[in-house]
Amino acid sequence: MATFHFELVAPERILYSGEVEAVELPATEGDMTVLAGHAPAMTTLQTGFLVVGEGSGKGKRILIQGGFADIGPKGATILAERATPLEELTAQSLEEEILRVRTTADAKDEGPEKEALKAAIHKLEEAKATLRA
Amino acid sequence: MASLKDLRNRIASVKATQKITKAMQMVAAAKLRRAQSAAEAARPYAERMAVVLSNLAAGVSQGDAELPRMLTGTGDDKTHLMVVCTAERGLCGAFNSSIARLAREHANKLLAEGKTVKIICVGKKGHDILRRQFSKQIIEFVDLREFRYVGYEQADMIGRKVIQLFDEGEFDVATLFYSRFKSVIAQVPTALKIIPAQVAPEEGTEAAAGDGGESLYEYEPSQQAILGTLLPKNLSVQVFTALLENAASEQGARMSAMDSATRNAGEMIKKQTLIYNRTRQAQITKELIEIISGAEAL
Repeated sequence: MATFHFELVAPERILYSGEVEAVELPATEGDMTVLAGHAPAMTTLQTGFLVVGEGSGKGKRILIQGGFADIGPKGATILAERATPLEELTAQSLEEEILRVRTTADAKDEGPEKEALKAAIHKLEEAKATLRA
Repeated sequence: MASLKDLRNRIASVKATQKITKAMQMVAAAKLRRAQSAAEAARPYAERMAVVLSNLAAGVSQGDAELPRMLTGTGDDKTHLMVVCTAERGLCGAFNSSIARLAREHANKLLAEGKTVKIICVGKKGHDILRRQFSKQIIEFVDLREFRYVGYEQADMIGRKVIQLFDEGEFDVATLFYSRFKSVIAQVPTALKIIPAQVAPEEGTEAAAGDGGESLYEYEPSQQAILGTLLPKNLSVQVFTALLENAASEQGARMSAMDSATRNAGEMIKKQTLIYNRTRQAQITKELIEIISGAEAL
């Protein structure tokens, strides 16, 4: 399968850089999969798992919390606001994170912002369930 | 004339000080390496953010769509916000005072022009210095003492604060003050305008944008929405970069300050030891003369 260059950059470090076959992104308008030769696109990201397909069934899961994807003709770059690889996730850190997001959500008035935060909580809880399984 | 015991005490105390400054220098050197690598690790994110943003801004300004206010400004420049980032600790040469001096000059110039100035202090030392003159202008003081290393979270917190103030119409122009890390011995205090956002494409990024064919991009949700979410993020990234540069500069400044302090202490020890030895010898000679003249008198 054709590959393309993919980079995942968090503010503190580069988390992933290399040739990949497919990347599944948690875009704000719904999950999307990017393959080689994807049309140039820019999209914002929400909380969720990013799945990097390295070919022959191998892959990596990284938890993204907000960010931005720039898909160009040469490759894709993701600027994640916060990113944690699955290996570094623990149930405890996730729980703390859920609590943090929940307190921010509680302080907000009803509106699209609160909805987005609620969706984020949902995603984080899903992630916790996956981790336990 | 100091007695021998006084001299001995003085040498011992200088030696103890030298040991402390030497240790501080070595600690600063170790921390500098860490701060430098943190600053380097953060660079790709800031660079890519700048490229993406200039692409976007170029695309948007071609259309006649309404631009976010963060990019265009409020169309006024009456009220200025100054975000002054300094260190939490002293003993690092002129590091804090040079940033504070730049900020003070800037503020004085604006006040002379009859503009309103608001100041957010990040870091205790800058707050201590600026408080003397601008206690009325300082609206907030951000303390980062509890964090051992600055992370993106703290920068994001400051960025959000600035944006909230901007959305409330508290100011028109924001400038960020920090020290750019040039080398261990050279730190340049810098003023960076953050609102309205400076996204003028540079030569290099323009070429990169050109071969990308930005007009072909699909935007999801819309170009304006993306630009709207990206601009606040860019602000936080700029603050983050400034904090990291500051951290590296602080350690660099401390290292060179402590290096010269150690050297000064060494010189002082040498001088004092010389005086000590001379005094001791003079005393011995005096005692000998006393003995000899005593013997002669017999």
